[in-house]
Amino acid sequence: MCLGIPGQVVDIVDAQQHLAKVDVNGIRRVISVRLLADEGLVVGDWVLVHVGFAMSKIDEAEAQVTLDQVQKMGADYTNEIDAYNSSEIA
Amino acid sequence: MKFVDEFRDPAAARALVRSITDLAGTDEFKFMEVCGGHTHTIYRHGIEHLLPPTVELVHGPGCPVCVIPMGRVDDAMSLAEQPGVIFTTFGDMMRVPGSRGNLIEAKARGADVRFVYSPLDALKIAVDNPDREVVFFAVGFETTAPSTAVTLVRARQLGVKNFTVFCNHVTIVPPIKAILESPDLRLDGFLGPGHVSTVVGTRPYRFVPEVYGKPMVVAGFEPLDILASVHMLLQQHRDGRCEVENQYTRVVKTEGNTQALKLMAETFELRPHFEWRGLGFISQSALKVHHDYSEFDAEEKFSMPGVRVADPKACQCGEVLKGVIKPWECKVFGTACTPETPIGTCMVSPEGACAAYYNFGRLHRETAMLVGKNTTEA
Repeated sequence: MCLGIPGQVVDIVDAQQHLAKVDVNGIRRVISVRLLADEGLVVGDWVLVHVGFAMSKIDEAEAQVTLDQVQKMGADYTNEIDAYNSSEIA
Repeated sequence: MKFVDEFRDPAAARALVRSITDLAGTDEFKFMEVCGGHTHTIYRHGIEHLLPPTVELVHGPGCPVCVIPMGRVDDAMSLAEQPGVIFTTFGDMMRVPGSRGNLIEAKARGADVRFVYSPLDALKIAVDNPDREVVFFAVGFETTAPSTAVTLVRARQLGVKNFTVFCNHVTIVPPIKAILESPDLRLDGFLGPGHVSTVVGTRPYRFVPEVYGKPMVVAGFEPLDILASVHMLLQQHRDGRCEVENQYTRVVKTEGNTQALKLMAETFELRPHFEWRGLGFISQSALKVHHDYSEFDAEEKFSMPGVRVADPKACQCGEVLKGVIKPWECKVFGTACTPETPIGTCMVSPEGACAAYYNFGRLHRETAMLVGKNTTEA
């Protein structure tokens, strides 16, 4: 449950509520970027996503390395992606 | 070195392993990886087979699913079974055994238990079902606690009246201290947790070298990160240094995530004490919902047994969580206790030492050499 999966910000949905649409492995969901309120996130930035929250900003190279790594986890990774796909936040 | 081929940069891995072997020399070193994510990487990539026999990695208490005591699972079950309640939880908690079975069984008996990806999903369920009481089973270290914190703030903002959190968040420093105080174990240093440290930073670990004289290196989750961190720990020993170092600088900042820490301080308060599976009661080691947010605290809104329940006698999760024994040394490992029918928590979560070892680690070094690299990809 402690997986952090890289995703790319594709849209700032609601700046006031700190909501952004993030693409994780082709799946796009709205997540909270409240924890990165100081980071000035913009479209194109990469973030580590954990339980529906962007927990840290990362560079693209780090994102790629981490993505390769977590994809090797097999079922744990696909379960996480399925869960991400099912997410619908308030 | 069959396993090295799986690495992103096999040459770098080989060089690191050579250097680790040189640095270790003939002395014996025992390092604890605190975080379950590291345990997973170590077994997944056979890192313990790459290290020289003089360098041993032992697993620590950093799997949040594994440390939840049975009594709290029983409380969760009782909440789930209250009429009108929708009980929401991360998938990993569904199979954790309490004394009356697990949440999957509670669901089969008719309780409305729903698996959610995010606490914000649980809040959405509350918004969509105003006539039901929605409880979120919050577990996790400082990695996950900020997400519950934001959810509490959001719940207040939205004026939601039917949403509460059953808070079981724990903090990383007290169990590290408990392990350092434990007479059972001699350690030469720690691999510090990566994602917890993105939130808390590296400063809270200063007591490890300053009070207990043990080095600590905050490590990333790639196999090369683990090897590099082991190398840094050995280098400290050889240089006569003892400090907190950060190997995972590309993600972890010294000061952590100040937004997350601020939100946690606003929405949580420290419990005077909390029971950890295997480690017993540890003072100021867990969070409860802050009294300013008590309308969202399931422990205030509902009554539950709150009874301490001893672990099954056969289960040795406690010793595994403290690094005293390896998973395969437990009497029920792989026989009575498997990922399908876990007795102890360490077999439940993929980050639990027993489940990680069961899934990936059972290939012995010599056997691996004999059968070749294909088997390591199983």
